[in-house]
Amino acid sequence: MTVMSYIEAINRAMKEEMRRDDDVFLLGEDVGKRGGVFRASEGLYEEFGEARVIDTPLAESAIVGVGIGASMYGMKPIAEIQFVDFILPAVNQIISEAAKMRYRSNNDWSCPITIRAPYGGGVHGALYHSQSLEALFASQPGLKIVMPSSPKDALGLLKAAIRDPDPVLYFEHKKAYRLLKEDIPDEEVLIEIGKANTVREGDDLTVITYGLCVEFSKKAAEKLATQGYEVELVDLRTVYPLDEQAIIEAAKKTGKVLLITEDNKEGSIISEVSAIIAEHCLFDLDAPIFRLAAPNVPAMPYAPPLEKAFMVSEDKVYEKMLEVAQY
Amino acid sequence: MSEKNQILTDRQLLDMFYYMLLARRSDERMWLLNRSGKIPFVVSCQGQEAMQVASSFALAKGVDYTAPYYRDVGVVLTMGMTVKELFLQAFAKAEDPNSGGRQMPGHFGHRKLNMLSGSSPVTTQVPHAVGMALALKMKQQPAVSFVTLGEGSSNQGDFHEGLNFASVHDLPVIVMVENNQYAISCGIEQQVNCAKISDRALGYGIHGETVDGNDPVAVYTAVKAARERALNGEGPSLIEAVGYRLTPHSSDDNDLTYRTKEEVNAAKEKDGLIIFRQQLKKQGILTDELESGYESKIKALIDEATTYADEAPYADEQTLFDGVYHQ
Amino acid sequence: MTLKTMNMPQLGESVTEGTVSQWLVSVGDEVDLYQPLVDVMTDKVNAEVPSSFKGIIKECLVTEGETVAVGTPLCHIEVEEVESPKSEATEAKATEQKPSVAQENQSMKKRYSPKVLSLASEHGVDLNAITGTGINGRITRKDVEVFVEKQTSQTTNEKQTDIYLSQPTQTPATQDNFTNNKQSPRPEFKGDREIPVTGIRKSIAENMVRATSEIPHAWMMIEVDVTNLVNYRNAEKAKFKEQEGYNLSYFSFFLNAVAKALKKFPELNSSWQGDTIVQHKDINLSIAVGNETELYVPVIKNVDEKSIKGIAKDVHVLAHKAKHGQLTKEDMTGGTFTVNNTGTFGSVQSMGVINYPQAAILQVESIVKRPVIINDMFAARDMVNLCLSLDHRVLDGVICGRFMSHVKEILENISGDTTPIY
Repeated sequence: MTVMSYIEAINRAMKEEMRRDDDVFLLGEDVGKRGGVFRASEGLYEEFGEARVIDTPLAESAIVGVGIGASMYGMKPIAEIQFVDFILPAVNQIISEAAKMRYRSNNDWSCPITIRAPYGGGVHGALYHSQSLEALFASQPGLKIVMPSSPKDALGLLKAAIRDPDPVLYFEHKKAYRLLKEDIPDEEVLIEIGKANTVREGDDLTVITYGLCVEFSKKAAEKLATQGYEVELVDLRTVYPLDEQAIIEAAKKTGKVLLITEDNKEGSIISEVSAIIAEHCLFDLDAPIFRLAAPNVPAMPYAPPLEKAFMVSEDKVYEKMLEVAQY
Repeated sequence: MSEKNQILTDRQLLDMFYYMLLARRSDERMWLLNRSGKIPFVVSCQGQEAMQVASSFALAKGVDYTAPYYRDVGVVLTMGMTVKELFLQAFAKAEDPNSGGRQMPGHFGHRKLNMLSGSSPVTTQVPHAVGMALALKMKQQPAVSFVTLGEGSSNQGDFHEGLNFASVHDLPVIVMVENNQYAISCGIEQQVNCAKISDRALGYGIHGETVDGNDPVAVYTAVKAARERALNGEGPSLIEAVGYRLTPHSSDDNDLTYRTKEEVNAAKEKDGLIIFRQQLKKQGILTDELESGYESKIKALIDEATTYADEAPYADEQTLFDGVYHQ
Repeated sequence: MTLKTMNMPQLGESVTEGTVSQWLVSVGDEVDLYQPLVDVMTDKVNAEVPSSFKGIIKECLVTEGETVAVGTPLCHIEVEEVESPKSEATEAKATEQKPSVAQENQSMKKRYSPKVLSLASEHGVDLNAITGTGINGRITRKDVEVFVEKQTSQTTNEKQTDIYLSQPTQTPATQDNFTNNKQSPRPEFKGDREIPVTGIRKSIAENMVRATSEIPHAWMMIEVDVTNLVNYRNAEKAKFKEQEGYNLSYFSFFLNAVAKALKKFPELNSSWQGDTIVQHKDINLSIAVGNETELYVPVIKNVDEKSIKGIAKDVHVLAHKAKHGQLTKEDMTGGTFTVNNTGTFGSVQSMGVINYPQAAILQVESIVKRPVIINDMFAARDMVNLCLSLDHRVLDGVICGRFMSHVKEILENISGDTTPIY
């Protein structure tokens, strides 16, 4: 066991996979000599050289599009988008190309690319360094989206994403990079894509969330336990396609469901989770489905009080949990 | 042509003529099938056979990779797609190797032939070809990737991003712009304000040249040289082949709403297929006997392919869900 | 010998029909595979349709100029070789039997939805006493409502049931498409009276919904100086009444003017028929007449052929019939344009709803005496507003503007010379 931060776990995942498979390579802006603006690829350039740790021109559509082309040869590219906020120029490549490659070629071609991008707020990143854009891609069959909530998950999910035969978007929370640390086994950690994880068991209410909100929820749930309410906490891990079975089971278990996302509430991942519960759990519900999310304003402002007001936090999660528990 | 033709044997010249004729006759048949209600859509190669067939002749079949665009009937036939396969895609039948009938006609892709799968948003194939070239370079393969697009598509960001990336990394890719003067209804003067599309090469620091797309030997020579440079590590080339689109944009278009019959007729005088035929005859390479032999062989092939594809089954409804992800 | 059919091909995405512009072959002609048969014109392309068969043209089914839907047979071709009968590979799909209504499975019997529970609690119903009609024995909201209704009618003789609960449990097959508001909430106040929507009211409602939802209405108004008309009519009306026994109404003059203008601008005397616009030869004016509760729109036929007296007489007869409920179907049909006498109520401006499928409706407003400047001097003139609603699919502003100014011109120049009564 070694104590590792979230970003160290990401670094370890790439290092292990690049050592394991010569076809794995990293491309993106500043990923080489600099080791990434967040230092996620620190040491990779030194170990694997410029041929496999490629500093690209500043052009996101090419980073993804070139990655797609290489993956069609059989390579296993990891394309890094510096901030998820800058992924939009590459959306055509992701949605029109990567997502549809296998389907449109009737299984002839495939596209095993991993696209990594830091997301999320609470780091004074303002409108264009704080967004959560997973919902944009979460209605595109052919894509998978994973969003780890802990260092161990960051490690196991990234390794699984790199090995996955289909395109995977791997969104990593930049506030979690150095905030979250935990003991991780030194042996290989692989976490199955498409499966949710029950983080905590309880029978008063169910909380379903993902990403950094899992951390907020863990802490809030401990606090709520002192009030006599036990939370069943489910981490989606893979936000697309969703683990329907796990969602249904967790919702039925307590009949009271709180869904949490850091993204804007409208049309978010939890909107779909809510729809799944509504379709399958009518007779097991003991309360309306509750949602806690960012307000429907375009993005997170820079000024600290505004950022705080926008951002989901441990306190906000606790308050909402209490409301649902008492319903 | 008189001096250049020494680089090609009579046999090669005749083969090129055969494939140009095969592409033209196949395309003509597809129009007939469309107008008689048998197939819903055609997008045409007519007027561009010379550049398509000649450029493909300069490539190494089974070694090089191609990313054809939707008019490239001449490319795909030369690179090894059978007439039957071409008609299976026109009829959208299950056996179509391009997409099993999922894509509209003209969206080529054939893994066995090293032919990348294409989509409808234009120019997305350029970064793919660059990525393929990146993989070839990383794997030290003695091969190039070849990608085509229209002159209108040379305005897309993916064109710029792809070429710049390829240039920075000296990748073995040949980008051929098939300048047919029209982006659907908009003439070249509404698309670009530079004298030649190949002028853009200067901005990327790569080799650029414009050739007469109606002259197959000129196109062959340019692509052959580009391939040599690519294999020598001299990076990408941008080749502009100038021709004319003799048909409407597609079977859904009425070109006389934006150009005149006189203009089209004048272009027909310069039709590469006709001129090449005359030249080969003048030089005694192509005889009337040979030509009529080609015509009847081609007609038989196309008749057979039409009947076969017409009677072939569509994909079963059950297959709708296949190939979304790896199974 | 087999007879094959060539159908209208779909020439372009989103194209649904094509017009045969010219046949390139005739009956009896021998045609080759892919030989051009016919020139077809569509919204997107013009194209020659080639033959899918080699054979002899037996029959051309669509005439030149005719527009037909994609898939419509164009011609029959007799082909030589007898086709080997195709094996019936496409086996008839086993018609899946719907599970019988009587359900054995009662696993959902005790699954109560929040709505069912709240209704049961509100009405003190024991849910065990109800047989569910939902899937696997589930008790639905309607099951509870029907149960409650039954109980109520058994226990009380008065017919004061909750209106909400007395609604039929099955949606009638003939549900009116304009009243699909069955479940819409409505305020309920004591003393409210419910008036069933039937008969004339229902058909008025249907027509109005259809007209307003389907027709893109446009509107225009002009002001007409009818001082001459007022003077003329005032001079004649007493004598007319004495001779004829009914009134010489202003309305007759307006109808006369409209008929004349329609003659000149037949575009307005037309109706929308989906893929064609029909321009009518006859000028039959629908007029709106009402009694206390209902509105009728009888028709005066061939108004352009009638004198002022003839028109006045028809108006009189139709109004009388309407008042006494004697209008026949004959009286009500055949209208090509509607003139509405809104001025009767003192209205000076209104927007008519077009009488479907006509192309326009004209509202004749109140004649009002108003100061008007003529030659830089104030003058007291009799003014009237004419308001036109037009179907913008059929008509455009230019033609309607010209029509309106022609009506104005006729009305402003009315006199014994231009417009004799007899």
